[in-house]
Amino acid sequence: MDLDDQANVNRLAEESSSEEMVVILGQPDSNSAGLFAETVTRGDPTWAGPLAGVPLGLPVYHILEPEIRQSMDADVYQEHVGLMELSADVDEIIKWVKFYREGGGDTL
Amino acid sequence: MQNDPAILYSSYVLAHAPDFVRYGSKPTRDLAAEPELLEQMAGSLRSWDEVLAYPPNQTFIGNLTPDDLAAIERPWYENLVSDAESEGPFGRMITQAALYGLMKLCDDFDLLMISEALAEQARSELTGFEHRRDQITGATTDELTRFIDDNDGFELYHEGVVAGFIRSVHEQDASLEAHVLFENLACKATAVLAVSELLENSPINPEDVDYLFNTGEEAVGDRYQRGGGSLSKAVGEVVGCVNATGSDIKAFCAAPVHALLTAAAVVAAGLHKYVVVLGGGSQAKMGMKFRAHLRNGVPILEDCLASMAFIVGPDNGDAMRLRLDLAGKHPIGAGSSPQAIYQALVVDPLEQAGLEMTDVDRYAVELHNPEITEHGDGGDVPKTNYRTLAAMAVLRGEIERDEMDAFAAKHGMPGFSPTQGHIPAGVPYLAHAHAAMRRGELQRAMIVAKGSLFLGRMTQLVDGVSFVVEPSAGLTKSTEK
Repeated sequence: MDLDDQANVNRLAEESSSEEMVVILGQPDSNSAGLFAETVTRGDPTWAGPLAGVPLGLPVYHILEPEIRQSMDADVYQEHVGLMELSADVDEIIKWVKFYREGGGDTL
Repeated sequence: MQNDPAILYSSYVLAHAPDFVRYGSKPTRDLAAEPELLEQMAGSLRSWDEVLAYPPNQTFIGNLTPDDLAAIERPWYENLVSDAESEGPFGRMITQAALYGLMKLCDDFDLLMISEALAEQARSELTGFEHRRDQITGATTDELTRFIDDNDGFELYHEGVVAGFIRSVHEQDASLEAHVLFENLACKATAVLAVSELLENSPINPEDVDYLFNTGEEAVGDRYQRGGGSLSKAVGEVVGCVNATGSDIKAFCAAPVHALLTAAAVVAAGLHKYVVVLGGGSQAKMGMKFRAHLRNGVPILEDCLASMAFIVGPDNGDAMRLRLDLAGKHPIGAGSSPQAIYQALVVDPLEQAGLEMTDVDRYAVELHNPEITEHGDGGDVPKTNYRTLAAMAVLRGEIERDEMDAFAAKHGMPGFSPTQGHIPAGVPYLAHAHAAMRRGELQRAMIVAKGSLFLGRMTQLVDGVSFVVEPSAGLTKSTEK
């Protein structure tokens, strides 16, 4: 995850409680979605950014997850996410994001 | 039309530079914080033989086709090509010593000093450049020591030991600091090799070139105009394009496609006859994913500088016509969702010509080698793009959902380009497309490039441009060179 984004997530997390904050990812593949999810839960696994060693444990979802889809206007969702929903490996992405959201560790 | 613009020739070059990896942006920062990483890094760098026989590299210089590469089982770094050659139909690969030689003969301000032994090796491993070979000089140990003591800058390595030094020009000018100059000189030198290969393998002489567009990403200039300078004439000078002037087109990764479109328009307008589009290697991106490679037990694969060059001119009957009427662009107001981007870059230009997505035989998107990016957070960039294109075809009702994989396989290809910024932007396929057209196997290809404008923190926008190439009318199922 971009160092600026890590800093922003860290700042927002410090300013609000985790009940008020949800991280929504848009990565197009499971590997990067998993890395981003890990970064905002367990900390930056690459140890390069502000979230290195900072386990924020934030609730993290991918925009392709049903919880997010249902909370969005269907037309807007189709316009902006419809193509990714068709092209991405949705099950694999959700598997990894959910894994870190639910407290997963180094191995699945 | 008399000036129908076409891409006449293409060249691609790789310079193996394992001792340059430590001076990539990411390794420089990480090694400053954790010097102990150097030993681990040294143990994960590849030999010349491994780099030479690496299937994506052989694809880059044209000894394998993208389809050949797709048939080779991964990991490619374990399935090397036997009897690999350093020369290919599209260009060549050179050793690090040869690269140092190139940088010396491109160094007009005595920025770089190398040892006598390295200079001798450079002269023996770098062929050509007769008119400048006398600039490949070496220094004695005493001279090198004095140069290091007298200047700000940093030591350069060859085969793991200190063999040179590059100096800063001015201690109060960050734009002329040694690290910046090293990147610029590496970019210039590799671009010189690509343009030299291009002209040597074409009937067009250096003095026939009218204009040069550099598309490399290096910021050339001093403190008053950082990045405002140009490398195009600097490169043209070394290869003898005495009748050319030039300028640089800056557009992040999409610059080569912007430049090829501009070159084609310049030719079509009759302003210039022969325009060279070139791009040198990106030293800053060496070892960019090295931490991920070390973490996953993968060799450090970002160990080569890549460069390329193209001649655009009037269609000579043996070329690829660049269809200016099928050019795509991502306008400022288009939005940045994948739909909006591909609608603008791919669908809109095709629709204007009454074509379907399936009427394009091959799409060349960002062709990053997935073996480099997958271990970090980059994923398989070409695969993601081809899946997205396939999804676009589904939404348009051109194919069924269960045909997406087949669409991606038929109209796409595996990534084979080093992750050198502007280099992977669709254009590594151009010479392959030309060869396939000469074999009568390809009627239409679309080159699609995207650029991450937001990286400069001046806008949140992305960018993109595209064009279509088709065989010249004179191209038949004739011989492949």
